[in-house]
Amino acid sequence: MMSEQPTTAATRVRVPEDDDDAILSVGATSQGGAVEPENGYTTVGEPFVDQPKMQTRDVNVFYADKQAIFDVNLDFAANEVLALIGPSGCGKSTYLRCLNRMNDTIPICRVAGELLLDDEDIYAKSMDPVLLRARVGMVFQKPNPFPKSVYDNVAYGPRLHGLAANKSELDEIVETSLKRAGLWNEVKDRLAEPGTGLSGGQQQRLCIARTIAVNPEVILMDEPASALDPIATAVIEELIDELRQKYTIAIVTHSMQQAARVSQRTAYFHLGKLIEVGDTDRVFTNPRHQLTENYITGRIG
Amino acid sequence: MTNTEKVKRGLAKRYRKERRFRAMGLIAVLLGFAFLIVLLSDITIKALPAFHQTYLKLDINLDPEVLGLAPGRPLDEKAILHADFRSVVRRSMYALFPEVRKRRDKRKLAALVSTGAQYQVRDRLLRDHALLGQTFSMWVLADDDVDTYLNTRSLRDLKQSERRLRDNQVAWLERLKQEGRIDRRFNWLFFSSADSREPELAGILGAVVGSFYTLLVTIGLAFPLSLAAAVYLEEFAPRNRWVDFIEVNINNLAAVPSIVFGLLGLAVFINFFGVPRSSPLVGGMVLALMTLPTIIIAARAALKAVPPSIREAALGLGASHTQMVFHHVVPLAMPGVLTGTIIGMAQALGETAPLLMIGMVAFIVDIPQGFTDSATVLPVQIYLWADSPERAFVAKTSAAILVLLGFLVLMNGIAILLRKRFERKW
Ligand SMILES: Nc1ncnc2c1ncn2[C@@H]1O[C@H](COP(=O)(O)OP(=O)(O)OP(=O)(O)O)[C@@H](O)[C@H]1O
Ligand SMILES: [Mg+2]
Repeated sequence: MMSEQPTTAATRVRVPEDDDDAILSVGATSQGGAVEPENGYTTVGEPFVDQPKMQTRDVNVFYADKQAIFDVNLDFAANEVLALIGPSGCGKSTYLRCLNRMNDTIPICRVAGELLLDDEDIYAKSMDPVLLRARVGMVFQKPNPFPKSVYDNVAYGPRLHGLAANKSELDEIVETSLKRAGLWNEVKDRLAEPGTGLSGGQQQRLCIARTIAVNPEVILMDEPASALDPIATAVIEELIDELRQKYTIAIVTHSMQQAARVSQRTAYFHLGKLIEVGDTDRVFTNPRHQLTENYITGRIG
Repeated sequence: MTNTEKVKRGLAKRYRKERRFRAMGLIAVLLGFAFLIVLLSDITIKALPAFHQTYLKLDINLDPEVLGLAPGRPLDEKAILHADFRSVVRRSMYALFPEVRKRRDKRKLAALVSTGAQYQVRDRLLRDHALLGQTFSMWVLADDDVDTYLNTRSLRDLKQSERRLRDNQVAWLERLKQEGRIDRRFNWLFFSSADSREPELAGILGAVVGSFYTLLVTIGLAFPLSLAAAVYLEEFAPRNRWVDFIEVNINNLAAVPSIVFGLLGLAVFINFFGVPRSSPLVGGMVLALMTLPTIIIAARAALKAVPPSIREAALGLGASHTQMVFHHVVPLAMPGVLTGTIIGMAQALGETAPLLMIGMVAFIVDIPQGFTDSATVLPVQIYLWADSPERAFVAKTSAAILVLLGFLVLMNGIAILLRKRFERKW
């Protein structure tokens, strides 16, 4: 199992040619939906990194009795963009939301396994979810600015956590966050106008600015560009690439081109299982697992 | 037969069905509208006479002797309040008809003037002491029978025994009319005085003020209580059998007949806690109980309607659950909560039955000055007037209904405005 050493996992790498049994077994377990500790699958590729910012080990997630994530082992490296791809309903959002305990808000959702942020257990009793979410920020699929002014949207997090000692410091945080989100020039004259009045792409960048205003260490993005047109998407992608200098980023996306453009590593999920992880270039050009290849070549999802 | 033909054949039938349904809907709406128009116009027509009042022009002679003021004594307020203005008014009436000599006729003559006339004259003197000993002409209130007679054409053809005014009284009125001593004026008194046994003196202000104080208590209690209850139930309460039980009970409470709340108020607030009876305080408390479920249900719906994306945004930034609720959810739900509150208040404003139980039906001639004074409220005032035998009260009743409807429309208008004003697009 994946709690073993990365080297062990690497030795178990299967080549797509002789993988038919594995495909069948993956399908069989998930259709049965039975909770089986020995799920009997191995992630292909390199799920572990040398100096991880976040580590997740044997993560299983349940919605009531239904298991949504099976034994996922995955590391997030600092200053890296990790793309999570996979067909709809495979559990990408569910997994992502475990990383800042957003799943706590869903009463029927139960998370098992070990999730570490800088070697600290995220789900430990001593870990305050409020503090965790200040360190692990999140950008959602649909732009969701507060129905408040642009300024108040960005200032909300810093105010919440008392990050600014006075008004001018707060102004500065707002300005740098908006600049870093590439929105400053468009909104600097309309900071008092409602954030909901911006265009979709601007709203999403506002949400990103709002997230980075808290200065998190990790940013989770769940399909941040899915509601945007190609131009707005390009702006966001460029932005993600810049943000990488400072933050650790995990991004869920349905667009393989997007994953290829913005990420350094890619993880492919299938029916709640992490099938393959590796350098983005490698995964897209030379997938080792049949399921990954099927997905990338457009045969699934 | 081709597919198109099949569809076409069915099409005519489909359209017919649609037209039938639309016609039915339209008829239903029109019928409802027609009833509303009939009701409103009936009330309005009946109410119209109440907005005007007949006045008589008298030549008042403020003879200190008649007034019973001791000569030489300084004219102070107390003396004026005790002076005999009734005789003054009577004498000025007799002066207009010197030929009337018999005591019975004189009484009939004096009856044409309202009992309120003497207070009009008194107030005039209170304002201007120099009028003492002078003779001046002044418009005073006519009796309600005069008003009714002059406004009701059908009464003129009746025999003397079938109407309240005698033939000689009618003749006097005719003469006054010819002399230009009768006039109809806008009835400010209706809006500026409290209830009275005399229809021409009875006004709505006492009931309006009573309603105002009562609603103030109601909103002061019901709004914070129900907001707190709704926020707790919707955002904080654990999902278990107890909470379900409470929820079911709140919903059931909304369906409890309002008079039951009155009984509760009588037993608990008045008899047990000793809150003064027939006061706006106890009335407001009872109505607050009654409106609680309405507002709670509306507030919960408003809280539920706040999109989850906003909640997630707040939580994702590291807001605690409580912060999320009070920074975002409650403010966003506020328009809905306020709409529910106003609708609850409108319901409370129109409520009669529970207030009857706690003594707010008393006949009260003073405008209430506070929350513990005896008071009545608009719907109860309507009920009281509708019960009065004098014909003039029919118009008053309708006028009071119009005033009540006016307030209700106003409140609902505010509710709609709030909803429009704060309607947000996510
Ligand atoms: N709140 C929930 N309650 C119950 N089941 C849920 C809930 N959220 C997700 N699921 C289930 O968990 C599984 C994974 O869902 P998830 O939303 O993580 O998929 P996803 O990979 O993000 O899909 P998509 O690409 O369409 O967003 C699905 O089968 C879904 O039905
Ligand atoms: Mg998703």
